[in-house]
Amino acid sequence: MVRPGVARRIRGLSDRALAWLFITPTIVLLLAINIFPLLWTIYLSFTNYRANRANVPMIWLGADWYQSILTDPDIWAAMQVTAHFVIWTVVIETVLGFGLAYLIDKKFRGHGMWTTIILLPMMLSPAVVGNFWTFLYQPQIGLFNYVVAFFTGRPASSFQMLGDVTLSPWAIVIVDAWMWTPYVMLICLAGLRSIPDYIYEAAEVDRASKWRQFWSITLPMALPFIMLAVLFRGIENFKMFDMVNLLTGGGPGSTTEVASITLKRAAFESWRTGYSSAFAIILFVTVFGLANIYVKALNKVKSR
Amino acid sequence: MTSATTAHSVVEPSATTRRFAGSLVVLYAIITMIPLVWIMLTAFKSPDDAISYPPKVMFKPSLEGFCNLFTTRSRQTPEFIRSLGPPQGLCDSIARERNMVVAGPSNYVPRFVNSLIIAFGSTVLAVALGTLSAYGFSRFRVPLKDDLLFFILSTRMMPPIAVAIPIYLMYRTIGLSDTRLGMILLYTSVNVSLAVWLLKGFIDEIPREYEEAAMIDGYTRFQAFVKVVLPQATTGIAATAIFCLIFAWNEYAFAVLLTSGNAQTAPPFIPIIIGEGGQDWPAVAAGTTLFLVPIVVFTVLLRKHLLRGITFGAVRK
Repeated sequence: MVRPGVARRIRGLSDRALAWLFITPTIVLLLAINIFPLLWTIYLSFTNYRANRANVPMIWLGADWYQSILTDPDIWAAMQVTAHFVIWTVVIETVLGFGLAYLIDKKFRGHGMWTTIILLPMMLSPAVVGNFWTFLYQPQIGLFNYVVAFFTGRPASSFQMLGDVTLSPWAIVIVDAWMWTPYVMLICLAGLRSIPDYIYEAAEVDRASKWRQFWSITLPMALPFIMLAVLFRGIENFKMFDMVNLLTGGGPGSTTEVASITLKRAAFESWRTGYSSAFAIILFVTVFGLANIYVKALNKVKSR
Repeated sequence: MTSATTAHSVVEPSATTRRFAGSLVVLYAIITMIPLVWIMLTAFKSPDDAISYPPKVMFKPSLEGFCNLFTTRSRQTPEFIRSLGPPQGLCDSIARERNMVVAGPSNYVPRFVNSLIIAFGSTVLAVALGTLSAYGFSRFRVPLKDDLLFFILSTRMMPPIAVAIPIYLMYRTIGLSDTRLGMILLYTSVNVSLAVWLLKGFIDEIPREYEEAAMIDGYTRFQAFVKVVLPQATTGIAATAIFCLIFAWNEYAFAVLLTSGNAQTAPPFIPIIIGEGGQDWPAVAAGTTLFLVPIVVFTVLLRKHLLRGITFGAVRK
C-alpha cells in the first residue's frame, strides 16, 4: 500500500509529528468554516453592516444591538415560543421514549424488527417531514384532521392545526414528538440494557415488589441516560429551524416563531446582518451556558 | 416445567408481560407508520384522489405524480393538442388528458444528483479526516487534548442559521456561493465533529498491543495504523459514514439559504413543487417517496450499527 519512499519519509516522523499531521487537517477545516465565521459574526454584531448593502460604510455601534435585542419584547416572545416548544417536546419524547424502551426491553418476540420500524421517522429529513405533515394537517383533505374528526365527532374542517393561534404551537410539538421519540427510546434502551441482571436477582431474593424494583433500581440506574437524551433533544430543539420553517414558517402571526425563525427573518429577509449576528451570538451563548450547567448536573448524577 | 424456569434467570419477564409489552409497542409502531405509508400511497394517487374527502384508502393507482415530478408541462388548447402527433410516452398521454403537453424535464433529477454528490463527497471527506484525528486523539499525547475535543464538539451547538450568516458572506467573497464544493466543505465541517467523537470511541477499544506488536515486527507507526488499526476499525468507520451520510442527505437549513440553483439539493426543492393552484401533492409525495427510500433501505439494512452512532458515542457499554 505505502510506497517505499513515502514509508521512509513517514518512518522518520516521530509520534508527535504524526499526531499533528493527523489532527491538523480537522482543526484547520473547523477553524476555517466554524471558528473564523464565528469571530466574524462577533465582529459584525458590533456594527451596522447589512449584507445586501455591502458598500455602505460600516459604523461601529458597540453593544447597541445587544441592548436593543435584550429589551425587545418580540425577541422575548420568540424565546417563550422556543421554550414552549423545547419543554413540551422534551417532556413528551422522554415519557413516550422511556416507556417504549421499557416495553422493548421485555424482549418480546420480534422486538428487533419493531424497533427498526419505530426508528424510521428519525432517519428522515426534517424539512421533507415538515412538508408532508402540512399535507396531513390540511383542514379539508388532511388525514390528521380526518382521524381527529373520526374519533371526536368534530367536523374535520372546523379546526386548522396550522392556521389556528392556539393549535399551531401544538402542531409543531406533535410532529417533533413523532419524529424524535425513537431517538430518546434508543438512548433509554441502551441505559436499561446496561443494568446488570444480578441487581434484579438480588431484589427478587429480598422479595422487593416489581413496583419497588422499578423505582429503586430501573429508574435511578437509567437516569443518566435519560438525562443525556434530554440534553441532546434540548440542544437540537433549541436550534430547531427546518421542520418548523416548512410547517408554519413561524405563523400564524408569530405564534410558532421559534428563535431560529426570528433569526432567519432578520438575517435573510430584512438583511439586518449586524442585528442578527448579535442575536446569533446571544443564542449560542444561551445554548452553551445552559448545556454546561446541565452537564455539571449530569456528572453529579453519574458519580452518585 | 421447573427445569425450564431454572434455566432462565428469575428476572426474565413472564409470557403475559411479554405479550402485553409487545402489543403496545406494535400499536405504537403502526400508528407511527401511518403518516409514512400515507405519503407513499399519495405518490400513486391521481390529483383528484389525493385531495378527496373522506381520504381514500382504496384508489386506482396512477403514475401522474411521478410524471409531474419529472416533467414540466404547459397548458394548450385542445385544437393544438389534436394537431400534434401521437403522445410520446406515458407521461405525455397523461398530460394530454388534462389538456397539457410535456414541455421538458423538471429540475428534480439535477437536484437529486446534487444531493448524491454533496452527501457522498462530504461523507468521504469527514470520515477520512475524522479517522485520522480520532486516531491521533486516541493514541498520542496531544497538548490540551480535552479542550480540543470539547472545542470540536461545541461547534455543533451553533444554530445552523447563526453559522449560515458569516458563511454566506464568506462564500460570496471567495466565490463558493451556490457551488457543490462549498456545500461539501460546509457539511464536512459539520460532520467531522461527529466523526471524531464516534471514531475515537471505536479506536479506543482496539487494543494498543496490536500496533505495538506490529511495530516490534518492523512496521512504522504509520504502517501499523494502515495495516492493523484501519481493518479493525472498519465497523466503526462504516457506522460513522452512515451518520454523516444521513445528515448530509437530510440537511435543509444551509441548503435553502446558501444555494439557489446550481448546487441546490433535494430537500429545499421538494417543498416548492407546485402545480396549478397550489402544491401538486401527488408530485410532492412522489418526490418525497423517492428521496426517503434510500434512507429507509439504509436503516433496515444497517440497523445493527445504528445504535452507537445515534447515541453520539456518549453511551458506552
